[in-house]
Amino acid sequence: MNAGTGSVAPPGRSLWSDAWVVLRRNRAAMTALCLLGGMTVLVLVGPLLSPFTYDGTDWDQISSPPSLANGHWFGTDGLGRDLFVRTLYGGRISLLVGAVATAVSLLIGISYGAVAGYVGGRTDQVMMRIVDILYALPFMFLVILLMVLFGRHIVLIFFAIGAINWLDMARIVRGQALSLRGKEYVDAARAAGVRGGRIIRRHIVPNLLGVVIVYATLTVPQVILVESFLSFLGLGVQEPMTSWGALVNEGAQELENAPWMLLFPAVSLALTLFCFNFVGDGLRDALDPRDRSA
Amino acid sequence: MNARPLLDVADLHVRFATPDGHVNAVRGLDFELAAGESLGIVGESGSGKSQSVLALIGLLADNGQARGTAHFADRDLLGLTQHELTALRGAEIAMVFQDPMTALNPYLSIGAQMGLVLGRHEGLGAAAARMRCIEMLEAVKLSDAERRLGMYPHELSGGQRQRVMIAAALLCRPRLLIADEPTTALDVTVQAQILALISELRAELDTAILLITHDLGVVAGHCDRVLVMEQGRRRDYGTVDQIFHAPAHDYTRKLLAAVPRIDAPGRPGKLPAGDTLLRVEDLSVQFRLPPDKWPGRARQLTAVDHVSFDLAPGESLGVVGESGCGKSTLARAVLRLVPATLGTVSLLGRELLPLRGAALRAARRDLQVVFQDPLASLDPRMTVRDIVAEPLESFRPELGRDEITQRVARLLERVGLEPAHLNRYPHEFSGGQSQRIGIARALVCQPQLVICDEAVSALDVSVQSQIIDLLLDLQKELGLALVFIAHDLAVVRQISHRVLVMYLGRAVELATADSLYERPRHPYTRALLQAVPVPEPDVERTRQRQLLGGDVPSPLAPPTGCAFRTRCELAQSRCAAERPALREQHGSLVACHFAEEI
Repeated sequence: MNAGTGSVAPPGRSLWSDAWVVLRRNRAAMTALCLLGGMTVLVLVGPLLSPFTYDGTDWDQISSPPSLANGHWFGTDGLGRDLFVRTLYGGRISLLVGAVATAVSLLIGISYGAVAGYVGGRTDQVMMRIVDILYALPFMFLVILLMVLFGRHIVLIFFAIGAINWLDMARIVRGQALSLRGKEYVDAARAAGVRGGRIIRRHIVPNLLGVVIVYATLTVPQVILVESFLSFLGLGVQEPMTSWGALVNEGAQELENAPWMLLFPAVSLALTLFCFNFVGDGLRDALDPRDRSA
Repeated sequence: MNARPLLDVADLHVRFATPDGHVNAVRGLDFELAAGESLGIVGESGSGKSQSVLALIGLLADNGQARGTAHFADRDLLGLTQHELTALRGAEIAMVFQDPMTALNPYLSIGAQMGLVLGRHEGLGAAAARMRCIEMLEAVKLSDAERRLGMYPHELSGGQRQRVMIAAALLCRPRLLIADEPTTALDVTVQAQILALISELRAELDTAILLITHDLGVVAGHCDRVLVMEQGRRRDYGTVDQIFHAPAHDYTRKLLAAVPRIDAPGRPGKLPAGDTLLRVEDLSVQFRLPPDKWPGRARQLTAVDHVSFDLAPGESLGVVGESGCGKSTLARAVLRLVPATLGTVSLLGRELLPLRGAALRAARRDLQVVFQDPLASLDPRMTVRDIVAEPLESFRPELGRDEITQRVARLLERVGLEPAHLNRYPHEFSGGQSQRIGIARALVCQPQLVICDEAVSALDVSVQSQIIDLLLDLQKELGLALVFIAHDLAVVRQISHRVLVMYLGRAVELATADSLYERPRHPYTRALLQAVPVPEPDVERTRQRQLLGGDVPSPLAPPTGCAFRTRCELAQSRCAAERPALREQHGSLVACHFAEEI
């Protein structure tokens, strides 16, 4: 093939399939992706492998260290609850909070940011100043306020976190949309009589997804950490249900007598965060054509 | 050649390692260059002309690899270490790049950048270096050289920046100057200035010049010998006269035939009789810019200043002018992509500017556009089918998916693509093919008027002529009216019935193409035409030209009276006091107080 514009078109490829090829070659990202997949399957079916429940007490094995003999593979906590099952249940909550809160922030952030960026002018100014004002509200204050108003509920946590995170997303999306609206294909679509909403859906949003996806994979670990933090403060999930953050909190208190209570949830949490960061890095590289050699 | 050549390149190969395998950019190139001689390397994009030169001075990208021999004054350039090459570059071989904005560091003043070269190669002290820089800036005819040293690149115009680049390149009196498309990013009038300057300095300093360009017209006037490249190979090699009068290779002949010539009559179809399709009256577009200092008043930039013209069905109107003259803004205002400040635009007797919402969308159907950059104007995430179908889907949703797809497929065939291309993405197409997709999108709703905004400027000459043929065919077949905006006057001549010349947002001349090109009646039109290089060495050598000096004034502070007076040789006090109106002069409309004298 010629280095420049050859007249023969190469075989059908798209940005996404190209990105997939690049990602496939990135060993760290692929390993991380497989681990995440495995982890998701495990937290869903894992509890079935164990005879114990997440809230049942095994009176014979209070604070048992990890052991294959008594079936408590990760040991038990001070109430005799099986840590293996609890870690998996905690994983469900943590991964779910990561997914739901990120989805909420994506949904609000993309629509808000894309509209502000595409419409521009005074609308943009007003919309972004609203974002600035929301930024200025202290996050903890907001969460506590929500708790007081609506009571403690895990779904509330999902939305509270998502509702905070969309602010960053909206800013990023708005910046992208602002530069995309100057592109000639957007002008061409306007000349073709396409409505504003449709231009945003068909031209603006698909073209900023690359950046958004990368940012989203970086948001997931952030959200999981925020949930851990809330649980650590006692504002998160309610006993006996648990999350990785809550487990780490309990484990930290028993560090001297029962280090395994900290070890297993902390390792799971750290592993997940590592994985998301690697996938995020990999996606960023894969979706940026400048990083791809010619 | 009897003396030993300064540069002797033999069997040069360049290849790049890519994920898809090796790409051979240059495959066996031989040429030589004597001291003080100028060699033009001509080729279309992807011919390897730039890569072969970058290989010589060791500036290939990391995945590139060069092989062969290249003797420069008894040293083999390809065998030198990076260290030796660094000592050589700038001192003995200097380079001028295409885009003077990206080649200059925006954070360093002109003096600091030029001083770097001198400090590195000659170890001159600050004061001596400063003197030398001023000398050199004066040599490239930059006015007010001493003050320029303290300026930053953004404070200079494109032409001035390129002069600085040349001055910096010549600081150490190199024996070889490599100019890679030095004037491609510049307007024709500035191009003529820069090329004249390079030729002059060559004679003065006895520097050999390697001029890389895609423009045969540039080569004809400014090179002794020419090397034609295609697909990494040498296709033709000889003196300018040989290349232009007795080309040895078919490719050269093809290339010469494809070059649009400003001295050849155009070939638009016969003008059909009819009413006015589009009427533009007193159209002005102003942009408000934030004040330049605080506190201060918002500034007004007048991009289009009271422009009027009309257009008959099936007619093509060329719009020419230098960059920043408002020709694209004019198109965008007519298309309602930017808001007009004043004036009226009516299509088939219906006013467009007051329309809003659904009525505006409906009116857009008769008014379509083809943009300059074929890739930027196609959404990279949409298939060709979806791109071309978009106007149909918004104007004729009742047709249904299958009917729309069929129409798109038929149209693709008409513009020279295959229906099999329907499911591909834009990046799989070459520039010419992408532009065909853009044309198909503009035509799919059978509009009455298509505005082509620099539609062929980004394409190679051979592709350019194919696209122009296509547009002319389609115009004949469908009775389309075209507004053809371009900075290349030769291209405009080929396609236009009438031509509108713009300067600083104002219309300065509007005339039929033949009378405008044969007998320009505005001094600006005349200067523009004289600046265009003709691909004919004899013509270029004997041509009497008056080069337009200076730069286009800032549209933020246009001159009073006639906008062109600051660069006009006819200017008198009346021109500063009174703005000339467009008035009829032998069938042409001219805005000049002294039109009779031209």
